[in-house]
Amino acid sequence: MNPVTANPPVATPFFFYLLATVMIVGGILVITRKNAVHSAMALITTLLAQAALYLMLYAPFVAGVQIILYAGGIMVLFLFVIMLISIERAAKERQFNRQWLVGIAAATGLGGLLIAVYTTTTKGAVLFPQGNVSYVESQNTQAIAALLFDRMTGTYMFAFEIASLLLLVAIIGAVVMAKKRI
Amino acid sequence: MHDLVQYILSYLDSDKTPGAAGNIFWAVVYVLLVFVGLSIAVIAMNWLERKILAHMQVRLGPMRVGPHGLLQPIADALKLLLKEDIIPDGADKIVFWVAPFIVVLAAFTVFVVVPFGPTHAITDMNIGILFMLGVSSLAVLGIVTAGWASNSHYPLIGALRSSAQMVSYEVAMGLAVVSAVMMTSLSEQGGTLSMIGIVQAQQQQEVWFLFKFFPLGVIAFGIFAIAMVAETNRAPFDLPEAESELTAGFHTEYSGFRWSLFFLAEYSAMIAVSSIAVTLWLGGWLRPFPNALSGSTWDLAFSLIPGLTFLFFAAICFYNTARMPKHPLFKIQTIGLAGFGAVLGLVGLLLFVPAVRVRVNDIFWFSAKVAGFMYLYIWYRGTFPRYRFDQLMKVGWKVLLPTGLALLVCTAVVGMRSEVWANVVVPMWFGLMDLLRRIF
Repeated sequence: MNPVTANPPVATPFFFYLLATVMIVGGILVITRKNAVHSAMALITTLLAQAALYLMLYAPFVAGVQIILYAGGIMVLFLFVIMLISIERAAKERQFNRQWLVGIAAATGLGGLLIAVYTTTTKGAVLFPQGNVSYVESQNTQAIAALLFDRMTGTYMFAFEIASLLLLVAIIGAVVMAKKRI
Repeated sequence: MHDLVQYILSYLDSDKTPGAAGNIFWAVVYVLLVFVGLSIAVIAMNWLERKILAHMQVRLGPMRVGPHGLLQPIADALKLLLKEDIIPDGADKIVFWVAPFIVVLAAFTVFVVVPFGPTHAITDMNIGILFMLGVSSLAVLGIVTAGWASNSHYPLIGALRSSAQMVSYEVAMGLAVVSAVMMTSLSEQGGTLSMIGIVQAQQQQEVWFLFKFFPLGVIAFGIFAIAMVAETNRAPFDLPEAESELTAGFHTEYSGFRWSLFFLAEYSAMIAVSSIAVTLWLGGWLRPFPNALSGSTWDLAFSLIPGLTFLFFAAICFYNTARMPKHPLFKIQTIGLAGFGAVLGLVGLLLFVPAVRVRVNDIFWFSAKVAGFMYLYIWYRGTFPRYRFDQLMKVGWKVLLPTGLALLVCTAVVGMRSEVWANVVVPMWFGLMDLLRRIF
């Protein structure tokens, strides 16, 4: 019942750095491409690498949901909208947001925080401990269901349902705004 | 060297998939086998589709290249490879180049979890069915980008149609799948999303999920069977490539090798969704009546069917060899058809060998059920006229989605009180049937 002993571990620094590089390169491409479709495709790459990160962390259910929702659902709708606008005109238009100073400040702040965390943790313990924690990958879906819906252990049900209510409000809002007469 | 042989042989007496056993050698062998098998299936489908459609329309279909046009798909593949590969001038080169590979990757990757038998799958995932739905939903990205990158009107309209269509029908499809997954939770080992686990649940509950909670399973299967045709862009839902309106839809500007990738992806996607339907509702690799007709005699009888099927195909080949025209010009074709029949007959004889028979029995039943779906696809294409786009959307959102939601609630309620269902509703069904039989 323990896949970690049967197979070599996946949660290794190699995989992490590989996927992180893909995500960062994809993220940079998203904001630097002039063409919105190219940006969207870079974003898809980033989201898929993120799904792979979840897989690496022995959370296949989260990875599957990530692929279905973000890469398969939301990004298709993104592309759908982008294709309806004229790309040529959009590429020639001047950028109208002038927030790069704020952006740089926020990026350095966040980066500094990450470096601070990295340096402080490496003092006492290593960031990637060699001892493998044996997560039961084959029970991941059931474990998530138990956390959400079980009578005894289901502590996150309220938060989960509230989040879905938020999405419902967004859907109703979209209908109200798009339709003049309901 | 000895270690390597030991490593290879060590898998043979395990009862797990190569992925679960962690054996890289056999995993690669299985990947290659699935890839080759799929390619052969796509070639066979190409020929069968033309022949069956032709016979439905009282035509002969391909007859010239090889006996009864058997070599036509190979001739077509050669033609496609030799054809000039055109990228339109105004196209977005990179996206145009990447799009067919996205579609092919999505269509082939899903076969990682398809269970051809309890041990005959590349791997078994805890999220099997979720993985299949997720990865096959990535194919729409390839179609959309292909249509957009062509920088042409018809492909763009085809791409927009296809994204709207595939996203809408995915919802109904997901609801039908969830109702089948709920049924697995009534087994002793609990609910599961794993493809192998779903089939084992049907084995353990001694019923195909098609017939579980009688009308409910059939309705779920019906929703899935409609949605899967829309999801693979096939007739009568082939609006993204409606040739009477959009030339060839999203792949109008593609030619040669790139076009053949779209073709390959379409057919392997059809096989993939059919395998989902077979796994979820038709008992996957299980032979018909594994519980009602159990025992060693029945096991033996059913295990002879694969070999007999191939012998039957061989007999058809030999019958048609005898019917070939006796003109000297047809001599090579006649010999070719006889040779093809001999190969099929040899495969049939090989399938009678006990060691082979036991191991490939499950693969045969799985493939036979999938083949039934493939025939249905061709039958639909020969029968139904194409839907209009607003009709398509109406069917998706106003019929399939509400039905799916109601079905989900009904399955949940019935599943919670399954003992009431077994002791009250099922006897009522049988009573009603008995009453009807007495009246008529």
